[in-house]
Amino acid sequence: MSEPKPKKVDLNRRGMPKQLPEVRRHNFNEVALGYPVKIAVEEAERCLQCKKPKCVLKCPVEIDIPGFIKSISDRNFTAGARILKQKNCLPAVCGRVCPQEEQCEEACVLLKKGGQIAIGRLERFLADWEAGQGELEMPKISPFTGRKVAVVGGGPAGLTVAGDLIKLGHQVTIFEALHEMGGVLTYGIPEFRLPKAIVNREVDYLKKLGVKVVKDFVVGKTRTVESILEEFDAVFIGSGAGLPWFMKIPGENLNGVYSANEYLTRMNLMKGFLFPRFNTPIKNHKRVAVIGGGNVAMDCARVALRLGAETRIVYRRSRKELPARLEEIENAEEEGVVFDFLTLPIKYAGDENGWVKEIECLRMKLGEPDSSGRRRPIPIEGSEFTLPMDAVICAIGNSPNPLISAVTPGLEVGKWGNIVADEETGKTSMERVWAGGDVVTGAATVILAMGAGRKAARSIHEYLSSL
Amino acid sequence: MFRLITNQMIVPNIHLLTLEAPAVARQMKPGQFVILRAEEDGERIPISVSDWDAEKGTVTVMVMNVGITTDRLASLETGISIPTVVGPLGNPTKIEKFGTVLCLGGCYGIGSIFPIARALKEKNNRVFTVIEARSSYLFYWEEKLRKVSDRIVHITRDGTKGYRGHVGRLPEIIKSFQEPVNRIIINGCTFLLKRGSDVSRPLGIETVVSLNPIMIDGTGMCGVCRVTVGSTTKFACVDGPDFDGHQVDWAELLQRRKTYMKEEVIPHRTSRCEEHARKS
Repeated sequence: MSEPKPKKVDLNRRGMPKQLPEVRRHNFNEVALGYPVKIAVEEAERCLQCKKPKCVLKCPVEIDIPGFIKSISDRNFTAGARILKQKNCLPAVCGRVCPQEEQCEEACVLLKKGGQIAIGRLERFLADWEAGQGELEMPKISPFTGRKVAVVGGGPAGLTVAGDLIKLGHQVTIFEALHEMGGVLTYGIPEFRLPKAIVNREVDYLKKLGVKVVKDFVVGKTRTVESILEEFDAVFIGSGAGLPWFMKIPGENLNGVYSANEYLTRMNLMKGFLFPRFNTPIKNHKRVAVIGGGNVAMDCARVALRLGAETRIVYRRSRKELPARLEEIENAEEEGVVFDFLTLPIKYAGDENGWVKEIECLRMKLGEPDSSGRRRPIPIEGSEFTLPMDAVICAIGNSPNPLISAVTPGLEVGKWGNIVADEETGKTSMERVWAGGDVVTGAATVILAMGAGRKAARSIHEYLSSL
Repeated sequence: MFRLITNQMIVPNIHLLTLEAPAVARQMKPGQFVILRAEEDGERIPISVSDWDAEKGTVTVMVMNVGITTDRLASLETGISIPTVVGPLGNPTKIEKFGTVLCLGGCYGIGSIFPIARALKEKNNRVFTVIEARSSYLFYWEEKLRKVSDRIVHITRDGTKGYRGHVGRLPEIIKSFQEPVNRIIINGCTFLLKRGSDVSRPLGIETVVSLNPIMIDGTGMCGVCRVTVGSTTKFACVDGPDFDGHQVDWAELLQRRKTYMKEEVIPHRTSRCEEHARKS
């Protein structure tokens, strides 16, 4: 404490302790262990406290980043947690799964010198510190306005809307289709990247604020949006991107070919890795291929690896084009996932019992950049080869879940099956109905869904206040 | 939580369960299903619905005791609550005035064909109900079915009631009606659905089958229930469960249904005496 602050800018971005690769590849415990207090304070002290902080502009939920970092360097963690929660109802989640390198940390003025502040790690530190203090501090709740809001989907977008509106005094009910809250945080992201205890903690916090939760309730099936509108003043739809894509290549319906959603749901929501204590079965595959290069593909590969399989990522472009976060790619590499770059599966072959046994692939080369700005993969003629495999996980993306839009005639739908909603307000084509998150944008990130939820909550509040 | 009001073994190994699920009962239509979990650590399984009471808020299902979850369900005491009853899922069976409709049910399908037959009767169809079982002692709900059917025909493998044999006897049965059948609707095990579709194809009668593949969420999210119909992949949970039986790729469906046979049925078939002894 008595050490004088160094005058020179400290560019030493503090690392976060992690479980060692050879240890963690055999367990489902969290990989990254979080900053100890001392390191967190050191990291926070590096922040230049810019007068016009660019990091805040790049945050989808506009967190006062220099503010909470200052609190850490002042060792006033209570104040810091309060600053975080003003703008973010899920800081422990965002500190772990936000792509900070493309957002706040990318805007940090120290980036040029390679010493950008580890904003995500500091956010996580504060959220975890607060959780460790026992009773969470309750925010001020405005008096009940007499207005009722229904939130469809208990994922990041819905949780944000619920958190914002309950504080403003509205009554909020979340309808969740599955038997657990959290949406993709629960069924999608594995335990070792986002422990479910953290998701439960955030949901419990909302319940304590007065949010009502109805699980096992499929809006569109158990009750229509129209019927919900008879009882509620406004409806927010945040039903996510839950329609898995397949490649439409021969053999895709063989046993042992999974969508990433199925594989991850079995593992995360249904706790298949604890079979038979939990009843949802999984197979002990020996050789697993994951098709795709995003965060979901990394998650699938790292789950399969932990279950003892020799695991490969099969990706049609090169390492440089992988859409996953660098941190997750490195984690996967360290743990021993093998990467087959510039490889395109064209066919799955099965054994006599209908189980996949090998993938036929083509080698690719990179051509000119396509509309996404990444170099387009081009097949190399005559380069066919096979990979022997007893399971394949297809992690090439998801579309918005069409279940609600299919039974709600007033709701305008875009060409990808997404619900059309105003980018700034989340308003849909239907009176008193808002939407946000992956069901509007297609599969994106947790924080963007939360950002959309925040904007929708603001617009819903304006509407309810005008009544 | 969803309270179990009735649990009755209606015939050997088939349990009639009535559950309190008011929101589900209010929306239920013939041909839809629910997903249940028997306990907190339990898996999610899809079950066809055999009846419901929107006023009382109850749903009735027939559970055949074949795997881990159906075994747990079968052994539940009434009054107890189970953690999940979600639905109604899937699309309702198409019900309109078709003329003469043959409703074929086997195993749990004897139950789930009942609301379909009832709805068809309400639309003034002539309803011929054919029920199939291994032996006569495995029939149930015959009185209920009789009330909504113009005729009722039995098939037993051992010949103890009605026609002897399997659903392969369907063409003769149809012939014996001496009037044209405009549509066939089948509920029951995959083998019954397949065989029924096989024998109705040469007769050129449109045949609707209610498929029962493995599912997890039941809302189109996981894709484990995919089936090939015609030449396209469909998700049985949201595109079905009813499909044209003449278009279904049965070999693929039967094989996909066996995915977890080893994990599921084999451990279940061991006695688990030790576990029971510990519990009691």
